[in-house]
Amino acid sequence: MVELSIFQGVSWNVVSDVQQLFSYPFMVNALEAGTIVAVMAGVTGWFMVLRRQTFAGHTLSVIAFPGAAAASLAGLPLAVGYFGFCGLGALALAGIAGSRRSLSGESAAIGSLQALALALGFLFVSLYQGILNGLDSLLFGTFLGITSDQVTVLLVVAAVTLVLVCVAGRPLFFASVDADVARAAGVPVQLLGFGFLLVLGLSVAETSQITGALLVFSLLVTPAATAHQLTARPGLGIALSVAIALAVTWLGLALAYFSIYPVGFYVTSLAFGIYVLVRLGRGILDRPRATARLAGATS
Amino acid sequence: MTAKAAAVRFEDAAVRLGGRTIWSDVSLTVAKGEFVAVLGPNGAGKSTLIKAVLGLLPLAAGSVSVLGRPAGQASGAIGYLPQRRNFDAGTRIRGLDIVHLGLDGARWGVPIPGLPSRARETERVREVIELVGAAGYAEEPIGQLSGGEQQRLLIAQALVRRPQLLLLDEPLDSLDLPNQAAVAALVRRICRQEQVAVMLVAHDINPILGYLDRVVYLAGGKAVEGRPEEVISSGTLSRLYGAPIEVLRASDGRLVVVGQPEAPFVHGDRHAHG
Ligand SMILES: Nc1ncnc2c1ncn2[C@@H]1O[C@H](COP(=O)(O)OP(=O)(O)O)[C@@H](O)[C@H]1O
Ligand SMILES: [Mg+2]
Repeated sequence: MVELSIFQGVSWNVVSDVQQLFSYPFMVNALEAGTIVAVMAGVTGWFMVLRRQTFAGHTLSVIAFPGAAAASLAGLPLAVGYFGFCGLGALALAGIAGSRRSLSGESAAIGSLQALALALGFLFVSLYQGILNGLDSLLFGTFLGITSDQVTVLLVVAAVTLVLVCVAGRPLFFASVDADVARAAGVPVQLLGFGFLLVLGLSVAETSQITGALLVFSLLVTPAATAHQLTARPGLGIALSVAIALAVTWLGLALAYFSIYPVGFYVTSLAFGIYVLVRLGRGILDRPRATARLAGATS
Repeated sequence: MTAKAAAVRFEDAAVRLGGRTIWSDVSLTVAKGEFVAVLGPNGAGKSTLIKAVLGLLPLAAGSVSVLGRPAGQASGAIGYLPQRRNFDAGTRIRGLDIVHLGLDGARWGVPIPGLPSRARETERVREVIELVGAAGYAEEPIGQLSGGEQQRLLIAQALVRRPQLLLLDEPLDSLDLPNQAAVAALVRRICRQEQVAVMLVAHDINPILGYLDRVVYLAGGKAVEGRPEEVISSGTLSRLYGAPIEVLRASDGRLVVVGQPEAPFVHGDRHAHG
């Protein structure tokens, strides 16, 4: 069968296929890294969607690309480039947000930053010819060659940020849905905004290492947006966001292992598929309810 | 009136924003448990007055004390409803959770279900949602509710901590007439039952006229305060605007202000900077 030729070495027996996945250390590393990244992206993504900061998130993911390219050029581990550039990018975004420009001025400034990041990325790539082989994995992700040291770094960064998000959770939620009232209640809205951008930068840096810089959204936005559609309860929403991110990461890694296409492609397609299904379902569910409410209001 | 009894006291206060004096020489007192309306044309600085009470804006001159402390240090005892706040349709958070934030939103950490304190808080949230008559839709995503429904939930949020001072910035704005009357009656009932001082910013005095203790009228960069019939009178308003104003009383008791100049005319220096 033609369509099956893209899957190699697969037995179509779930138990033995899963055993095969766990028999290679590099694959175990990839699954561990994917799990860490999915949990972190699920949580921070939920807040990002709530705060309508997907444009900032996208900019940070574009900044991840020159970060990785610069690290290769300098002979440093990729993670150094990802964390360094995304951290600096988050500071730049916080500076733009803090300078109290108009909203349109702000998005224009962020857009310019994006363009600069892309240009820098390609500059670094062309300065260092050797990287060209790895260009598609920088952009679209890879599960090969994730070392256990890398997993440890991912785990430490994720644990620290998740603890921070837990400590700031409720005021961050307040500031995100209702900044004016939160400020009046004594919540440090601006400080939380800066802090969240930094957390977002770290999440993007982590996620890029699995999905590639261009497909960060598949883990950071799509599961979170799906969760927001599924429930209006905050706690449940965050749990669902993490669950969806985990499911698409595990499935995506398994599919990528048995096939010739990059992991980012599968994670993105799976996440998008779930999102479309939920959107359609939500449209069907909401219609009779909205009509009933309107009828109730006019009677 | 002793200083101790005052919920809010401004003394010779002034606010400057963007190099322009919004109002100055404002002295006024809101007593505990009193229902005060803040009236005036668009741009007169009503919202600015509320923000000064909250300590969100610094005074350029004078002083303000709130519940016996400097402004900004009593946030736990103040319920606040900002002006014209509509959650857009994409906000998929339950009204219930928004109200709950009024209770615990400033507390660090995350809510832990199952704690006895959590159960008590949930009970209080239900109670205050009942009080404002929003029980029928508190579980819906707030972005999908009408302006009036959102407003009731936001009033519940402002009330949930049993504040001593309630600051409501144009809470009647997005409501139809029967709802305006109902919310005004609700605010008055809370004010009396729970001895809450209320400063309610309104555009039109008529829906609240029957419930008010006193009125603060802002115009022309100055303020006057007094009983409604003293302040909403031809003499007082003409002096405040510096232009002839006539106040008519309709046969049903409604007040009509005639000859009220537009705010830009009053603030002659508005265009001075460009
Ligand atoms: N941050 C600001 N900088 C400069 N001017 C401001 C600012 N905020 C409000 N203003 C001006 O202050 C005046 C009073 O505003 P506001 O208190 O909102 O009026 P009201 O609530 O009575 O309609 C308006 O003319 C407004 O343009
Ligand atoms: Mg106003």
